[in-house]
Amino acid sequence: MTAVAPVPRLIEQFEHGLDAPICLTWELTYACNLSCVHCLSSSGKRDPRELSTRECKDIIDELERMQVFYVNIGGGEPTVRSDFWELVDYATEHHVGVKFSTNGVRIDEAVAAKLAASDYVDVQISLDGATAEINDAVRGPGSFAMAIRALENLKNAGFKDAKISVVVTRQNVDQLDDFKALADNYGATLRITRLRPSGRGADVWDDLHPTAEQQVQLYNWLVAHGEGVLTGDSFFHLSGLGEPGALAGLNLCGAGRVVCLIDPVGDVYACPFAIHERFLAGNILSDNGFQNVWQNAPLFLELREPQSAGACGSCGHYDSCRGGCMAAKFFTGLPLDGPDPECVQGFGEPALAQDRDKPKSHLDHSRSGGRKGPVPLKLLAMPAKAPQKFCNESPV
Amino acid sequence: MLHPQVAVRPEPFGALLYHFGTRKLSFLKNRTIVEVVNSLPDHPDVRSACRAAGIDDDQLAPYLHAFGVLVTSKMLVAKENQ
Repeated sequence: MTAVAPVPRLIEQFEHGLDAPICLTWELTYACNLSCVHCLSSSGKRDPRELSTRECKDIIDELERMQVFYVNIGGGEPTVRSDFWELVDYATEHHVGVKFSTNGVRIDEAVAAKLAASDYVDVQISLDGATAEINDAVRGPGSFAMAIRALENLKNAGFKDAKISVVVTRQNVDQLDDFKALADNYGATLRITRLRPSGRGADVWDDLHPTAEQQVQLYNWLVAHGEGVLTGDSFFHLSGLGEPGALAGLNLCGAGRVVCLIDPVGDVYACPFAIHERFLAGNILSDNGFQNVWQNAPLFLELREPQSAGACGSCGHYDSCRGGCMAAKFFTGLPLDGPDPECVQGFGEPALAQDRDKPKSHLDHSRSGGRKGPVPLKLLAMPAKAPQKFCNESPV
Repeated sequence: MLHPQVAVRPEPFGALLYHFGTRKLSFLKNRTIVEVVNSLPDHPDVRSACRAAGIDDDQLAPYLHAFGVLVTSKMLVAKENQ
């Protein structure tokens, strides 16, 4: 970071929002071969309204004009879109860098070689256990082997610095050193992020989220290994555990201020963990483009106003954690101007113990019948079902 | 001068720099330093670029420090390397 003459703190500038996001998450499809129990976007089946290749390229053109430097592409499993590589190439040719998240299903030797030849594509392989046993309990049978095969292909092809992306859970928090060793073994960088109660994650959060003791363990591990490990700045709710600045990164909720989510049908949400009507800012197709939504959506203007500290106002740690994660509070049924459910001062626990109404998303693309292991996807034929079957409207 | 893989995005507070090679982001935290960065190719060195932007010698230290950081992170490279 470049420090010069005194100006308002950068964090304050960010709270007022930027003219364009620094980066954004773009979920290209709700289709997925896996059925992870904590899926943020409740993915499984493709949505019939997903953006066409042309519509995606138009969005990339707009991102280039706005100088959005890179997009984090995810899903669903983005690589199952038949135009996935075409879109990746189009983005990088138009000065929009690509980082994509995958479970590895399509990263065979040929794809790994192609990726190794590109300078502007980053690959992130999702893995939620350093052993098959712990990983597959969350991500499904065979998913550990699939991810490892992808990492091997990338390494053998000479791809530099893949990312291994781990959602920290009660079951894998003791494996952080093992994940680091695994990453080192593949010449990869470890990225660990916070479990959010979003999407299907709402159903498993109570059982999977790290205990208060484990939060401290995680914090200490992060402070010790912070420089070599990526976090997507997702653990800012832990920053009250130590000195300000001990935790690397920007400790601020960037939702609608410096980040956002574009979903597979062109809906724009405040952040990737907030697929709910409450955080829906608009639609790129029907609201005159992404720039218009980013700069003028009433929701985003509201999020860029000073936020009330509410019940956290009297807490001495508010400056560190800023009340924590909006999505984590919302989907656990806690007030947005109160403590984070995993508040490190313990203020979340009594709130969680009370009667709560957990808001359900209006979207659920989960396959019916639950998980039976990896599903071979055939995306060319559209299911002969009425479209409304894809979107289970919740009455809540 | 700026590394050819670095993009500059103007912002109300100054500018964002993004290096497509290293994937690093930097912040230019005021408009004066943005002006200096953009004018670097027209000057033999950083000092004269700063002077041309109206930065007095007694204000120079934080700017020189900032440019040192940008050189270390490869955001800035010497012209003869190009």
